[in-house]
Amino acid sequence: MSKQFQFKLVLLGESAVGKSSLVLRFVKDQFDDYRESTIGAAFLTQTVTLDDQTTVKFEIWDTAGQERYKAPMYYRNANCAVVVYDITQSASLEKARTWIRELQRQADPSIVIALCGNKLDLSARRQVSQEEAKKYADEEGLMWTETSAKTGEGVTEIFTAIAQKLPLTAPSATRAGAGRAGPGARAGVDLNKQAASSGQPEACNC
Amino acid sequence: MDEEYDVIVLGTGLTECILSGLLSVEGKKVLHMDRNDYYGGESASLNLTQLYRKFRPDQAPPADLGRDRDYAVDLVPKFIIASGELTKILVHTDVTRYLEFKQIAGSYVYREGRISKVPSTEMEAVRSPLMGLFEKRRAKKFFEFLQGWKDEDPTTHQGINLDEDSMKTVYEKFGLEAGTQDFIGHAMALYLDDDYITKPARPSYDRIVLYTSSMARYGKSPYIYPLYGLGELPQSFARLSAIYGGTYMLDKKIDAIVTDSDGKFVGVTSGGETVKAKQVIGDPSYFGANGGDGGKVRVVEEGKVVRAICFLKHPIPGTDDSDSCQIIIPQNQVNRRHDIYIAMVSSTHNVCAKGVYVAIVSTVVETDRPEQEIAAGLSLLGPIYDKFVDITPLYTPTSSGQADNIFITRSYDATSHFETVVEDVQDVWKRVVGSDLVLKKREVEVQN
Ligand SMILES: Cc1cc2nc3c(=O)[nH]c(=O)nc-3n(C[C@H](O)[C@H](O)[C@H](O)COP(=O)(O)OP(=O)(O)OC[C@H]3O[C@@H](n4cnc5c(N)ncnc54)[C@H](O)[C@@H]3O)c2cc1C
Ligand SMILES: Nc1nc2c(ncn2[C@@H]2O[C@H](COP(=O)(O)OP(=O)(O)O)[C@@H](O)[C@H]2O)c(=O)[nH]1
Ligand SMILES: [Mg+2]
Repeated sequence: MSKQFQFKLVLLGESAVGKSSLVLRFVKDQFDDYRESTIGAAFLTQTVTLDDQTTVKFEIWDTAGQERYKAPMYYRNANCAVVVYDITQSASLEKARTWIRELQRQADPSIVIALCGNKLDLSARRQVSQEEAKKYADEEGLMWTETSAKTGEGVTEIFTAIAQKLPLTAPSATRAGAGRAGPGARAGVDLNKQAASSGQPEACNC
Repeated sequence: MDEEYDVIVLGTGLTECILSGLLSVEGKKVLHMDRNDYYGGESASLNLTQLYRKFRPDQAPPADLGRDRDYAVDLVPKFIIASGELTKILVHTDVTRYLEFKQIAGSYVYREGRISKVPSTEMEAVRSPLMGLFEKRRAKKFFEFLQGWKDEDPTTHQGINLDEDSMKTVYEKFGLEAGTQDFIGHAMALYLDDDYITKPARPSYDRIVLYTSSMARYGKSPYIYPLYGLGELPQSFARLSAIYGGTYMLDKKIDAIVTDSDGKFVGVTSGGETVKAKQVIGDPSYFGANGGDGGKVRVVEEGKVVRAICFLKHPIPGTDDSDSCQIIIPQNQVNRRHDIYIAMVSSTHNVCAKGVYVAIVSTVVETDRPEQEIAAGLSLLGPIYDKFVDITPLYTPTSSGQADNIFITRSYDATSHFETVVEDVQDVWKRVVGSDLVLKKREVEVQN
């Protein structure tokens, strides 16, 4: 029997570390040096196939400028968080640490957190050593890796590693359909469905 | 901050966030600021730390209430009417995708010292102790009349003109007793006082139809509620705004609202810098409520609401151990002019630790001893573990904003739902944009 898991993944980290670029690389295998933030894109989805039997679908919430102010809604019910820093900016690791503290304090205790050092292609300008980041990640029990959204190095790997870890830590998150997944997910009321079946087509000039 | 915005929005309460979201979708360049470091303003949901900081700055939350992160305590008790206007906005903007909703398990009404369930099915109606047998028959005729009403078909009108005849006339036509009138006007039409009785029946008709269609939609009660508390609502609309290019700045003290020599809006000063925009929208606290902060007072107080947030360690007695409910105490039952409301939610809605129940008792203040006015409500709760009493003035803007481009929203009133919040959104929208708010469906944005 094949299984599909669906998980909510959020990206966090300082501005310009490459969060959106990582998503773009992972979902569309593209990179853009002068990327404008995509207006209107709430989240993207991407499926990772683990084996013939198991696929993991990520509902990826990229930052939209709101979550930089710690909107709890943003990481509510998130099954995993990728906290990104820029290896050429040591201050960005500090910001990543504050995000991780926030997640540890406020997010679901079962959340899987991956620390991700991006812009590996710029390692000539490296300010954050691998040792320092790895040591911190080990102390906090986080997954850790370095990536380059530009070359693609490490990008699929980090998402696949999360996909492999998740079903083990959050087995109850099996969901067939779309919607918010998570260990706490329960069947609530579906406003959209009810609106459609209420018989009254609602006025809509689309 | 040398950019110029179309609209600056001050305060991240639900009204402001809906406006910010809808304006951003419309293509306006929006800057949204809040003095607090959390979203929601007056309509926020607070965790324990924030709650104690607000009400008891020198007391830490007691350990036996459980983990801070499990709490999202609403400051303003309201539920979403399933078929109401807020639901329409949530669906049309697709903001539902950020939220998960649950039903409120029951709606109760107080009568002669005890509470009874507002019937949600015909079976419950037949068994309900709220009416005697003959009164039930009369009430049935009344509801059949409402259900059968068609504006274009005079044979359904039974001689009544909804736009001219008062609700009193309608009640009398069906011979309904005072207690039944209380029940219909307060537990179904959700009027806070009895002023509606002498007014044309149309709005009452609309409200009863809204109530019954909402009741029919999910079954248990006419209300739904977002998991993790009402504070999720402003955050969801803030995300909508951000996704459409809105810029968010929290934890920003607003030093001044800058105007030109004609008094027209120019910009907002914060941290020594002035950001310019064509228009400003904000909640009353940014425009002189609470004394004015040295600036111009642009709002006026219309009354006060008293709200007591109560932590219980048990469900409310007499509610069949419901995990959530509304209880309405009609004013006549306790010799008041305004109803007392109880809104209760619990861990089922992810707003508190397991075994804790959060009940908010509220009413419109009529005397100089507000806490005593809600005594009848508090006494229905059983032992109260802890209680936080808040007396909030209700402010309304002194001008429409069309002359000075300063548009002010209203405080959250004592009603049990969000219909008046949406009315305010529509009203402010019309003043700001110059045309009626028409909801457009968002383009589908999930990509595979
Ligand atoms: C004028 C200004 C005031 C700010 N005030 C606060 C504050 O009071 N409290 C706080 O916590 N953070 C504030 N910030 C935001 C903070 O300094 C960082 O910009 C934020 O942490 C970056 O988050 P992000 O990675 O999600 O940004 P992204 O959304 O990835 O940012 C993308 C781009 O937008 C720019 N940008 C980000 N924020 C703004 C903004 N508000 N206005 C204009 N451009 C922006 C960034 O520099 C970057 O080039 C402010 C930013 C600016 C520019
Ligand atoms: N050289 C290099 N540049 C990158 C990489 N990832 C992102 N960038 C650039 O860094 C800037 C910020 O990226 P963006 O994805 O918008 O960051 P965000 O603010 O965290 O979402 C953009 O100019 C990207 O082109 C990377 O791996 N290598
Ligand atoms: Mg980005």
